Amino acid sequence: MQTLISHLRLAAARLAVRRALVVAMLSGPILGAMLAFGAVAAQDATNVITIDNFTFTPPELTVALGTTVKWVNHDDIPHLVVNKDKVFRSKALDTDDSFSYTFASAGTFDYFCALHPHMVGKVIVK
Amino acid sequence: MSKKGFDDRGQGLGRREVLECMVWAGTGVLWTVSGGVPHSVGMIGDALAAEPKGFTFLQMSDSHIGFDKAANPDALGTLREAIAKVKAMPMKPSFIIHTGDITHLSKPAEFDNAEKAFGETGVQIHYVPGEHDLIDEERGKAYLERYGKGSKGAGWYSFDDHGIHFIGLVNVVDLKGGGLGNLGAEQLAWLEADLKDKSSSTPIVVFAHIPLQVVYKEWGWGTEDGTQALALLKRFGSVTVLNGHIHQLAQKVEGNMTFHTALSTAFPQPAPGSAPSPGPMLVPADKLRTLLGLSTVTVVQGNKPLAIIDKTLAG
Repeated sequence: MQTLISHLRLAAARLAVRRALVVAMLSGPILGAMLAFGAVAAQDATNVITIDNFTFTPPELTVALGTTVKWVNHDDIPHLVVNKDKVFRSKALDTDDSFSYTFASAGTFDYFCALHPHMVGKVIVK
Repeated sequence: MSKKGFDDRGQGLGRREVLECMVWAGTGVLWTVSGGVPHSVGMIGDALAAEPKGFTFLQMSDSHIGFDKAANPDALGTLREAIAKVKAMPMKPSFIIHTGDITHLSKPAEFDNAEKAFGETGVQIHYVPGEHDLIDEERGKAYLERYGKGSKGAGWYSFDDHGIHFIGLVNVVDLKGGGLGNLGAEQLAWLEADLKDKSSSTPIVVFAHIPLQVVYKEWGWGTEDGTQALALLKRFGSVTVLNGHIHQLAQKVEGNMTFHTALSTAFPQPAPGSAPSPGPMLVPADKLRTLLGLSTVTVVQGNKPLAIIDKTLAG
């Protein structure tokens, strides 16, 4: 690790890309935790579901009838939010694109990414 | 690099490890078909030096034209570099198989740019779509209008060349929540009918975007009903499965079947489970081209297998 760090330190002096990588490697877990915390806080205020690292956060969101929920994609790869029962479907969301849907009926709405279907989430409307 | 989805079944230092080392050393793999079974014959330099005799074709994948993020701000530029390598090959491949994700967002300009770049090869290209090629508002119309001629359903088809039966499958449509890639009942029925009159000695090459076998379920790297397709192919003496999607080399031989995934020409993705997500892997700029590339398959009629050589842009 020591060798790696010193190697990267040398490289970072030359390459901004490498510097970013070092930061990501060394602070990844802390940064990830901070981002996750931030997402939860934002969701409380505005009912936002974020997409980071191929994951919907929060994975399960409970809202009142008539609430508008917004999905925001922070990944470098497009995602496409689609309800299992085809009640709603976004366009392909490129980086920082968002999709909003207003829930006009109560129930549980399972959704997934139509491009990466292992990504799943749920909105519960009461 | 210790984690790869394909299991080598304890064969010691297998082809997988050797291939991995080659990848990371910045070289690649070229495919040769000898007597029907594909084989990797070594690094591209060796293969070119050996001047493979017979019929060769190339696999290219995951061009992602339109991708401009940090992992590679110029995906069209790296595709052009790959095309230049194709043009410089001493023996031109008979054709190119593109295993999907031609574009990043299915935009007309992205398809145009890709078509222009690939057109420079002067070689016929057989495409199958990746999920990134079907995200126009009309959900695949843009792709099918360009490349769907003569195909069935979402774009699947087959053709014969040099005694080999080639089958292009589409496993990126109508995906189910929580699931993997999907072929669907209609396509499987078509495949069964397509293979019905083929003799078991016919060499088969199947190509599709997402790996037909499960490489890493947690990241969706596999095809839900892929085993049904493979069951239909089991009776054939030589089956080669070429896939893309995972932007890295993985190879596995199982009985008469050889599985191979190609490098992307746009950006690398992490080894299964080695990162929080399968998203684009950011590598130092001087390393990028060692993780991008293409594969050549050489077919020699006779009693030897197909050989596959993967070539990186740095190699």
